[in-house]
Amino acid sequence: MFSGLTNRRTLGFCIVFFILLLFLPLFLPRFYIYLLALIFVTGLLATSLNLVLGFGGMYQFHHAVFYGVGAYAFALFSKKTGLSPWLGYILAPAIAALVGMVMGLITVRLSKLYFGMLQLSLGSLVWAIVFRWYSFTGGDDGIHGISVPDMISSTTGSYYFTLIVTTVCLILMYMIVNSPFGRTFQGIRDNPERTEAVGVDVKRHQLAGLVIASAFAGVAGSLFATVEECAFPDLLFWTLSLELIIMCLLGGWFIFMGPMLGSAIIVILRTFVGIYTEYWTLILGIVLMLLILFLPEGVLGYFQEKFSKSKNAALVEN
Amino acid sequence: MLRIEAAYKSFDGFIAVNGSHLSVEKGEVVAVIGPNGAGKTTLFNLITGQLIPDKGKILFKDENIAGLPPYKICRKGISRSFQIVNIFNRLTVFENVQIAVLSHQKKTFNLFFPAKNLAISKTRDILDSVGLIDKAGHISGTLSHGDQKVLEMAIALGNKPELLILDEPTAGMSPEETAFTLSLMKKLSGELGLTILFCEHDMELVFSIARKIMVMQQGSTIIQGNPDEVKNNRQVQDAYLGGSDECFK
Repeated sequence: MFSGLTNRRTLGFCIVFFILLLFLPLFLPRFYIYLLALIFVTGLLATSLNLVLGFGGMYQFHHAVFYGVGAYAFALFSKKTGLSPWLGYILAPAIAALVGMVMGLITVRLSKLYFGMLQLSLGSLVWAIVFRWYSFTGGDDGIHGISVPDMISSTTGSYYFTLIVTTVCLILMYMIVNSPFGRTFQGIRDNPERTEAVGVDVKRHQLAGLVIASAFAGVAGSLFATVEECAFPDLLFWTLSLELIIMCLLGGWFIFMGPMLGSAIIVILRTFVGIYTEYWTLILGIVLMLLILFLPEGVLGYFQEKFSKSKNAALVEN
Repeated sequence: MLRIEAAYKSFDGFIAVNGSHLSVEKGEVVAVIGPNGAGKTTLFNLITGQLIPDKGKILFKDENIAGLPPYKICRKGISRSFQIVNIFNRLTVFENVQIAVLSHQKKTFNLFFPAKNLAISKTRDILDSVGLIDKAGHISGTLSHGDQKVLEMAIALGNKPELLILDEPTAGMSPEETAFTLSLMKKLSGELGLTILFCEHDMELVFSIARKIMVMQQGSTIIQGNPDEVKNNRQVQDAYLGGSDECFK
């Protein structure tokens, strides 16, 4: 089942990197462990967006909605029911997938920018409901003091939990991208008209892609609620969705790990530049301009191109 | 196999296809010819579902397929290539054809099995038959125009069609590439017994392969018959060269 998914060198590098991440809490201060957990969560969210954006060619302008829905589903479940919080981790992606399906059924009728604009409108509607429904969602105060299982309530515990869940989700998404579904999805990205002409029900595939991406965003939402022990309306606000798109573009939206790198850069930038100025988005704007001008394929895309060029040159010389 | 009865299609008052009719029997190679703007591509778009006819019937194996979406028409056994190159630019040549093969094998919803290990031999056979096997690993967007046109045809073959529709398969090709495409069409028709419907401006190619020719003008069918009948038809000669049959020589 796994053969042919990746080469041995890449797999070896990933395993070593994972083991390194496992040992990091032994050396790093708590703040950095917390920051890494936040990077995993944001990276997982950006990668889930890239499933439909970079690999499906769909202008998913408001992906943060499903993140917020996941976080709220987990928070409300743990606050309002006496059941085990572990069940919340199953419920969060399920609810996010359901919202994704309902929104998808409406939006996939349209394409390109029209799809994106309708998605943005519907997402803002969900945000407005969450923002205003004080009796259920806590309104603009959000939900605080979410109880998470004791095992993962400490900084180190939540770090390991997010690391493992993020890794499992990344493996699953990687498999999906490289599956016949993923390949067909990339065909739709490149040329939906041609894909339909070869017998593929494009709208159905797009809907399935949206549901899958929403479910993974829901997982990221539940992880955020675990790390922060709160959920608030900003998680569903459109500006976060925009930031996610920037993360994908920054890292490289045609490369699987691109969004993960992009989110690491943005989270680190926000955290450290944010100490000195509240206008850290100014730096983000400059980064974005430089990116568009010099690295249109993103940071990883740039290195991949360099690497393949030098590899080809070596082949020609030999 | 395919019968079009009085098909109409208009765009904002402009009638692109005006009561056109056409019949294609199993195993035949049928050409549709006509001046630019005659409605050939629109007619093909009506057959393959890219456009919905305003009126008329499109019968494929006695079933009216008019108005069905393209993917359903493809699944019934009709594949096509496009006049303007229409491929998956960021994917490799192999992956371009593989998508069609996976679709034919109904595997496009398989989520967890690596695509790399599926439909390999079938895809390679097709690439081999069209002469693109050496370029299987190339990104299709970087191929020459001629190769991209051949890839178009290879993608269409991935669905194992009963009827192959080719919209100007040699448009923009060099004489060598045109000769290769002609031999390929002959091979598909002769060795594999594929039914082919195509439109083309290269009359030499049309008359060297088509067993039946349908001539269109201003959206209507002037005549459908064998090459000699078409050549000697006064209306066709008028449409092409103002009364002379020089263009067919």
